[in-house]
This record gives sequence, C-alpha cells and structure tokens, in this order.
Amino acid sequence: MSRLYADIHKRIEGFELDVLIESDAGRIGILGSSGSGKSMTLRSIAGIEDGVSGRIETDGRTLLDSENKINLKPQQRRVGYMFQNYALFPTMSVLGNVTAGLKGSKEDNRARALEMLARFGMAEHAERMPGELSGGQQQRVALARIMVTEPDLILLDEPFSALDGHLRDRMQVEMMEMLEEYPGQVIMVSHSRDELYRFSEELFVLSEGRILRHGETKDVFRNPKTAEAARLTGCKNFADVRALDKNTLEIMDWGVILKLKQEIPEGTSNIGYRAHYFEPVWGQRQENCIEFDLARVDDLPFEKNYYIRTHEDSDASSTDLICWFVQGEVQRQIEEKGMPDWLKLKEEAILFLG
Amino acid sequence: MSSFIELAGKLDWSPLWISLKTGVVATIISFFLGLWAARKVIKRDYKAKSIIDGILTLPMVLPPTVAGFFLLLLFSRRRPIGIFLNDKFDIQVVHTWLGCILAATVIAFPLMYRNARAAFEQIDANLVYAGRTLGMSELAIFWRIVVPTAGPGIASGTILTFARAMGEYGATSMLAGNIPGKTGTVSQRIAMVIQDGDYMTAGFWVIIVLIIAFIAVFTINMITGRHMKNIRKW
Repeated sequence: MSRLYADIHKRIEGFELDVLIESDAGRIGILGSSGSGKSMTLRSIAGIEDGVSGRIETDGRTLLDSENKINLKPQQRRVGYMFQNYALFPTMSVLGNVTAGLKGSKEDNRARALEMLARFGMAEHAERMPGELSGGQQQRVALARIMVTEPDLILLDEPFSALDGHLRDRMQVEMMEMLEEYPGQVIMVSHSRDELYRFSEELFVLSEGRILRHGETKDVFRNPKTAEAARLTGCKNFADVRALDKNTLEIMDWGVILKLKQEIPEGTSNIGYRAHYFEPVWGQRQENCIEFDLARVDDLPFEKNYYIRTHEDSDASSTDLICWFVQGEVQRQIEEKGMPDWLKLKEEAILFLG
Repeated sequence: MSSFIELAGKLDWSPLWISLKTGVVATIISFFLGLWAARKVIKRDYKAKSIIDGILTLPMVLPPTVAGFFLLLLFSRRRPIGIFLNDKFDIQVVHTWLGCILAATVIAFPLMYRNARAAFEQIDANLVYAGRTLGMSELAIFWRIVVPTAGPGIASGTILTFARAMGEYGATSMLAGNIPGKTGTVSQRIAMVIQDGDYMTAGFWVIIVLIIAFIAVFTINMITGRHMKNIRKW
C-alpha cells in the first residue's frame, strides 16, 4: 500500500503555505480557489518549487527532509506532474514527447512509448506535432508521457481547466479509466467540487495556504465543519444561528426556530444550507418552514434558480439573497401550483458550522 | 556595366574570403558563448541580471573604436597578457587574423546574447519543469527542449551576429590592421580604396556587401515569419 506524507512550508511575500497531507488513499483531491496555494503544494511535492521546507515521503522514500538536509532533485523524485496547459514539448512529435524521459535504447523506448500511446488510443497520432492535436488528445499524450516513466506518484494540476465544457465531462470519465491500471497514488487539485467529488476518495480543502478540512470525500461534502469549507464544496446559503436548547436552533435572519431530532453539535454558530435542498410547501405552514418573498428568477436550461428574501431580512442586498435551485419534478409542481407559500428546511441537509 | 565585369575579373578577392571566414568563426564562437551567457543570466535575480546584462551589452552600444582600444590594451605585445600569450603559446593577436576574429566576436557577441536571452525568456517555464519531472538531465532539457523551442529567436540572433561580424570595421582596424591577404576585410578595403579615390572598386564591394546583408535579413524574415502567419494585421 502506498502512502504519502507531505508536510510543506513555504513563505513568500504576502503568502504562507503550511499544509500537511497524509493519506494512503489511491485518489486524493485538493479543493481550493485560485490563490489558495494548491498548485504550489503540488509543485513542492514534485520538487519544482524553490524555498520549500518540511518533509515529504512517498512509499517510505524521502523526497524532502529539510531538517536532515535532504532535498531530491525533481529528476530523482519519480513524481509525474501533469501541468494545467499539459506543457507538451512543441518542437517534438507525440512520440518524441513520450520517449523524452526514457533512458533505455532507442528501439526499446519507441516500443514502450507506442504501447502506452496505443493504450490511450493515440498510436495513430504518434508522428504528429502537439500543435496539431485537440485539447483532449493533448491531455492523453501528457498522461501517456507521465505513465511511461512509471512514477511512484502522479500529480494532476487543474487537468480539465483548459478544455471546453463538453470535452471536460468526457475527459473526466476518460481520465479515471486511463488511471485505472495505475497502482500508485494520484493527487488532483482543482477548484471544481464536481471534478473532485467524482475523482477523489480522500479530500483536502485548502484555503489561504492552510488545510481547512480533510477526510473521506463524501464525508467532507456532508459535513464540511467550517463555513469556508462549506462554501468551497458548493454551499450557497449561510446564516448565523443560536442554539436555544439541545434540539432547538434559531435562525435569526430567516425567522425560523428549527426543532431537530438530533442533538446540535457543540460550538455551532452558523449553518449552511445547500440551494437544492429546500422543500416547497403549499397551504398550511409546517414545522421548520421559512416565509419568503421572491426577489429574482434565473432561467437555466435544466434548472430554475430562485433568489429569495425572508421577511426578517427584507433589506438584504442582492448578494445576500437566499438561493433556491429547482429541477425536474419540483419545477413541474411549481409550474402547476404556482410559487409555494413556504420553504421547508430538511434536517438531514443542514450543515452545522463552527 | 562592362567595366564592372572587367573589374571583377582582375579583382583581388581575398577581402571577401577573409570577411566570410571571420564572420563564420566569430559567429560560431558567439553562438555558444551567447547561449551559455543567456542561460546563466536568466537564472539570476533582477539586480544581478541588470548588471551582468549591462556589461555583456556594452560592446554593442560603445563605438567599436573604444572596444578596439581595450582589446589593444589587453593584447598588445608590450602588455602582460600579450607577452604571456606570445611567450607561452606563441600566439599573436595584434595584426593577425586572430585579431580579426577577436574584434568581430567582441562586437557581434551582444547580438547573439540578447536575442538568445529574449527567446529564452519567452519560453513557458512549465516545459522546463516538465522535462525535470520526467527525469531529463538539465543538459538534455537545454539542447532538446529550450534551444529548439527558442529556435526562431536564436536563428535570427545567429544571422544578425554573422552579418555584424562580417562587416566589423572599427575594432578590427585597430587590433588587426589592414594587411592585404591576411587581415584586410571587405569593410577595410572599401575605406582604403575610397581614400585612393577609386570609387569604382568601392562601389563594387558595396554592392557585394549589400547583397550579403539583404540575404541575411531576408533569411531571418523567412525563418521568423513562418511562425507569424497567424498574427492579425493592424
């Protein structure tokens, strides 16, 4: 079983990176917005970032140990790195790119490269130049170029951000298939929660150079624990709360007192509520319902986004509106019966944040 | 026209060969030195960069006679370095073809260095990082990725260096002199025949120089132009 340990420190003007990533998961995700330090983290692991201190181990091999003055060159780390723009060598053919890092005899390298390209369906393009390939094909070549060197660890830096929308979805599936036979660990950094939810078994949430939360991916999405982590996992609605007793929670701005079956976690000072989880209620007010006015509607191809304001917070600015996103069956109901009178909060969908 | 052809028939062609040979050798030396210097300089921080860059570029902006003065000061047979080279290695610089090469190299080197540096700075650093993470040696990264990617810039730098080295006059006349058949380059021959009032011969050499210079610039445009086909006109 492979295991990554990366304790990384780096300070530059106006920014400090201080992260600990320890995991034996095969697929690791790092979620963060731009400027959070996620690329810097990957670059530190690969050894292409200067001035990094700490300790990095893969599979018990020490790549960096600044206390003991160990700092392997990137060439010695056996860490594959896929760059956001793929960084294919523009003056070499596809085949030249894939053989560039190989040490053996020319015929040997050629055979190995062609085999790898064939696995990714790129053998017929072996003689073409990178500039003649589509974004998806470039990505496959970049991955083939990494895989053929048999690294201990593969790092993917925002691998889908350079692709068009329709291609992005397809390449996400393809990438997982291409990596299926790879036995080592893979780390993917992204700002996209969808990509990481799909890809990673274990997730680290990074903000301003620090890990806010880590754990099993689904668990992090279910219980992000802090508002910033919740925001990064896509939660749109936040509100300050006050616990009245073990099972009762007042959301002041939303004008509702929630009666809950479960005990409220200690230290809960606000909650997050995902935009898709409100339940429309017509007629009689039920428990845990909020009263609202509609402020704006956005029409999307497969979804309607309602932006609402509660009576208690009627002067809320447009950025403070509560988001309620509706699809499919619920949308049909609204078309039939008109806007609901109340929105109900489902207990299981509430994110308790400290 | 007929007198021109007549002139070509009995002309001493040695200045052309001396200039071409000097140009080729000075270009080869400048090529490797220029790439090496450019690679070293771009790794330095901004302050060191400005200082080193200034020193390396000086020969380009100074009058060539000033460079000639310094070269004489260094290599004169009455000076320590000149004496040392003469006594230990039997090498003479002043009034020899070696002097031509040295003068041309010093004057033309900055063109190679500056073009190479500009081309290197345009390179996506990720290409170099990719080479490193793939396990390529620094030398392999430089010759197989950096230089080919910077190809057009380096090619135009090389041609400009050649053209400048071939036409060098000021420093060459001071260091190497104008010894026919030995250090007498085309540009020195033009100056000499004009002093004698022989405008016909001067004009003949001028045309040859014009042709070579135009071919050089045209070649640069062909090389760099191929990569600019997609640039929008404005």
